[in-house]
Amino acid sequence: MGLVFVWRSSPFLVSCLPNPYQPQIDTHSLLNGTRMNAPSLQPSQIAVEMRDIVKRFPGVVANDHVTFLARRGEIHALLGENGAGKSTLMNILSGLYTPEEGKILINGREVIFHSPKDAIEAGVGMVHQHFRLVPTLTVVENVVLGLDDPKFRLNLENAKAQIRALSEQYGLKIDPDAFIWQLSVGEQQRVEIIKALYRGAQILILDEPTAVLTPQETEELFKTLRSMAEKGHTLIFISHKLDEVMAIADRVTVLRQGRVVATVNIEEVTKEKLAEMMVGRPVIFRIDKPTIVPGKEVLRVENLHVRNDKGLPALNGISFIVREHEIVGIAGVSGNGQAELAEALYGLRPIEEGRLYLYGREITHASTRDIIREGVAQIPEDRHKEGSLGNMSLSENLIMKNYRRKPVARGPLIDWHYVRQFARDLVKRFNIMAPSIQTKARLLSGGNLQKLILARELSSDPGLIIAMHPTQGLDVGATEAVRKQLIEERNKGAGILLISEDLDEVMQLSDRILVIYEGEIMGEVPADKADRNEIGLMMAGQRLSANHEQHTVNSVQ
Amino acid sequence: MSRSSFSSYRPPRLSLERRLTTPWWLSWVIPILSVALAMLVGAVIIASQGVNPWEAYRAMFEGAFGSGYGISETLVKAIPLMLAGLGVSVAFRMKLWNIGAEGQLWMGAWAAAGVGLFLYPAWNLPPWLAIFLMMLAAIVAGGLWGAIPGLLKGVLQVNEIITSLMLNYVAISWVLYFVDILWRDPGGLGFPNTAPLDKAIWLPKLTWIPLLPRGHRVHAGLLLAILAAVLLWFLLNRTKWGYEVRVIGENPDAARHAGMPIVRNIVLVMMLSGALAGLAGMAEMAGVAHRLQRGLSPNYGYTAILVAWLAKLNPFGVLLVAVLFGGLLVAGDQIQLTMNLPRSISDILQGLILFFVLGGEVFSRYRIRIR
Ligand SMILES: Nc1ncnc2c1ncn2[C@@H]1O[C@H](COP(=O)(O)OP(=O)(O)O)[C@@H](O)[C@H]1O
Ligand SMILES: [Mg+2]
Repeated sequence: MGLVFVWRSSPFLVSCLPNPYQPQIDTHSLLNGTRMNAPSLQPSQIAVEMRDIVKRFPGVVANDHVTFLARRGEIHALLGENGAGKSTLMNILSGLYTPEEGKILINGREVIFHSPKDAIEAGVGMVHQHFRLVPTLTVVENVVLGLDDPKFRLNLENAKAQIRALSEQYGLKIDPDAFIWQLSVGEQQRVEIIKALYRGAQILILDEPTAVLTPQETEELFKTLRSMAEKGHTLIFISHKLDEVMAIADRVTVLRQGRVVATVNIEEVTKEKLAEMMVGRPVIFRIDKPTIVPGKEVLRVENLHVRNDKGLPALNGISFIVREHEIVGIAGVSGNGQAELAEALYGLRPIEEGRLYLYGREITHASTRDIIREGVAQIPEDRHKEGSLGNMSLSENLIMKNYRRKPVARGPLIDWHYVRQFARDLVKRFNIMAPSIQTKARLLSGGNLQKLILARELSSDPGLIIAMHPTQGLDVGATEAVRKQLIEERNKGAGILLISEDLDEVMQLSDRILVIYEGEIMGEVPADKADRNEIGLMMAGQRLSANHEQHTVNSVQ
Repeated sequence: MSRSSFSSYRPPRLSLERRLTTPWWLSWVIPILSVALAMLVGAVIIASQGVNPWEAYRAMFEGAFGSGYGISETLVKAIPLMLAGLGVSVAFRMKLWNIGAEGQLWMGAWAAAGVGLFLYPAWNLPPWLAIFLMMLAAIVAGGLWGAIPGLLKGVLQVNEIITSLMLNYVAISWVLYFVDILWRDPGGLGFPNTAPLDKAIWLPKLTWIPLLPRGHRVHAGLLLAILAAVLLWFLLNRTKWGYEVRVIGENPDAARHAGMPIVRNIVLVMMLSGALAGLAGMAEMAGVAHRLQRGLSPNYGYTAILVAWLAKLNPFGVLLVAVLFGGLLVAGDQIQLTMNLPRSISDILQGLILFFVLGGEVFSRYRIRIR
C-alpha cells in the first residue's frame, strides 16, 4: 500500500498552522493514495466512511469537517493530542453524539444514528475510556444487560456458552461467572470487548485502551486485536501514544485541533514524523536532566499502613525515602494504593500504623495545614475536583495555599491589591494563557489549568513536591512544560515524589523508581538501570529478584 | 432485527447544551421575563376568581408602593426578610441548606423578649444597654439554634435540611409555651401574648426619613439590616475567613487539599446564619409587635429562603428582593380589603415567582438545541 496524504502539496505541511485550506479529501484518494499504483480498492472493502463531519461544543469545534475512512479487517489508529477531537469523532460513530454536518456510511450504506443502540444494530461497538460495567453483577449479567433479546426469561447458560466461545476464539480469557468487582482493570476491558462482540460488532472502537494496562497486558490486548482483524473485524484504536500506534496499527489518521492532518500507512512513517503531524512542530523526546548527587533526606516513610474509603487495607507497610535533588517515581497500575499514599502524605487520610518524617521531624498525624506550612506542595490527581475552584477567578485560585500568611494576608484581611500583583506575576512567569486574572478557572484548558496549579504550588519554593499524574490528559506542549518545571525544581533542591501510571513518564523523570502493587512496594530500581519488562512484571505483582532486593534495603536504611 | 430503524425519520428532539459563559444581558433579561411569566400565570388564577387581573395587579402595586403609607409598610415587612434572608444567604454560600431560619428567628425573638421583659426591669438597665443586650441575646440564641444542625452536619454528616427544618417546629412550640403559659400577660384579656415591652426599649422609629407619612412604623431594624449586609459583604469578600467560606462552598475537596478547617467553618457559618435570623426575630419583636405573641412571624423565615435564592446570595441583592417581597405581603393585605380576593394570592404569586425564576435559571446556564 502506498502512502496516503490528505494534502497533495508537500509531505508534512503540518507546520503551517492555522491551516488556510480545508483539506481536499475525496474518498478515492484517501483509500488508494495518490502516489501509488496499487490496484484500486473495491468500495466493498470500506467498512466505515465518515464524510465532512462537523461537531461543535461551546467554544470549540471538536470536529471540523473531518473525513475518516476505515477498511474492513484493518487496525486503524486514530492519533492526536488530548482535545484533538478523537473521542468526539468516535462517539459520533458509535451513536452517542449526533453530528451537525456530514454523513456516515457503514458498509456503503448511509446511516443516521440516534443512539448507541442504532450503532450496535449497524455493527458498531465501542469500548469507552471509562468502562460502563456494573461492579455488583457477574460478567455474563453485564454482557446481556440492556439487551431485549430474550424478552422475558433470561437464558444465562446460553449466553455463557457464547461468551466462552468468543473468549476462545479471540484469546480473551475470562470467567463468565466472576463478578466485575473481582476483576482487574485489564480483565474488565476484556469484558467490554466481549460485550461488543456479543452484540455482533463488526467494527470495534477502543478509546485509549492501553491507558490502564501494564506493558504485559497491553501485549495481550494487541494479540487479541490482531486476531480480530484477521477474522475480518475493523478495529479503530484511539491513542496519543506513538509507540503503541507504531506497534499495532495498519494505518493511522492523525487529528489536530479538530481537523484531519493526514491518513497514512504505518510503514511509511516514523515515530518522529507522526509526532510532528500530531503536534504541528518538531518534538524533542528527551529532556535534559543533569546528574546531581542527592542531598539531605526530605521525606522518610516508615512502615506505612493506611485504609481506603471502604475501610480495607490500601497500604500494607510501605517504606521509602525522598532526598533533596531527587525525583522518586512510584510506578504501578492505578488503584494499587497510589491515591491513598498521596493523601496520607498530605494529611488527608488517617494513618493506621507507621511514621512519616519531614526533615527528620515527625509529621505522622500532622494536619494538612501544618504540612503545607512546612513546605510540602501537591499536584493533585484530579485538577478539577481537588486542585481548582472552577467558578472562581485565577487570582482566587492562586492564593489557595498561602492566603493565611503574609503578604497575602494582612491580619484577618486579604490584601487583594497585593494578590492582583502576585497573580499577574505568576501568570506571566508560568506562561498561563488566559484573558485576565479575573478569568474563571473552569474556562482554562487542561494544560493551562495544570500550569495554574503548578504556579500556585511552586511559588512557595516547596521542599517536597507530591506530584500525582502531573501530565495526565495534557497535550505534548503542556506535558513538556510541566516536566521541565519539575526537573527544574529538582535541580534547585526539592525532593519530588512522582506518582504516575505513565511508565514512560516515570522512567524519563525519575532518579529512582519504586513499583507499587496492592499496597506494597515490589522493588526499587535506579532509573538508569530500569528495564521496562522488569518493571512491568513488578506492576503485575512479581517481587524483584533477591540481589535487587538487597539494594532496596540498603538504600532505605 | 430490522435494519431500517436507524435510518428512518425521527421527529426532531430538544436537547440542552451547557453554556460556557452567560452573556451579561441574559442574566437580566431572564429573571425579568421569568417574573413576567409568573405574573401571567398569576393573572389566570386571579381571573378565575372573577376579578380583572389588570385591576388586581394595579391595586397591589398601588397598595405596596403607591403611597407613603404603602412604602412604609412594605419596608416594615421587608426588615425581617432582609435580616433572615442575609442569614440564609450566608449558609447557602457554603452550600449548607439551612431551612431553619424560621425557628432561629423565633428563638431570637424569645431570647430578646426575655431580656426586655425581665432582665431590663430587674437590673434597672439603661434603655440603650437593654436594647443592646436584647440584640446580643437574639444573636446568641439564634446562633446556638443554628449551631445544632451545623454540629450534626459537621461531625456526624447528618443532613442539615432535615434537622434545621425539624428544629423549626421545636423552636416554635418552645416559644409558644412561653407565650401561652409561662410569660402570658395576666392583664392581656385572654390574648395569647406577653406583656408589652417598656416603650423606652422599643427599637426607635426612623422619624427622620423624609416623605414617609407621620406615624409610620419603619424602625431602626432597617439600619441594622443595611449594616448587616455591608458587614456580611465585607466579611465574605475581604477577609481570610470569608475567602475560606467561599472556597469551601465552591469546592470542598479542593478546600480540604488546601488545609481549610471544614467542620469548624460549617459550624461557624450555621451560627452566623442563625444569628442573623435571630436578629430578625428581635427586630420584629422589639420594632413592630413590641411583645412576644402568636403569629409574630408570618413565615418570614421561609420566605427568606426565596429572598436569598432570588438575590443569588448577594447581600445587597437580598436587601432589594426583600423589599419586593415585603411589597407582595402588603399587597396581599391590600387586595383582600379592596378587591375581595383571598390574601393567599400573594403566597401563590411568591411561589410562582420562585418557580419561574428557578426554571428560568436553566436558560442562563444552558442553551436549547433542536436536532
Ligand atoms: N461533552 C462535551 N462538552 C463540551 N466540550 C466537549 C465535550 N466533549 C469534548 N469537548 C471538547 O471538544 C474537544 C475535543 O475533545 P475530545 O474529542 O474528547 O478530544 P480527544 O478525545 O482527542 O482528547 C475538546 O476541546 C473538548 O474540551
Ligand atoms: Mg479522548
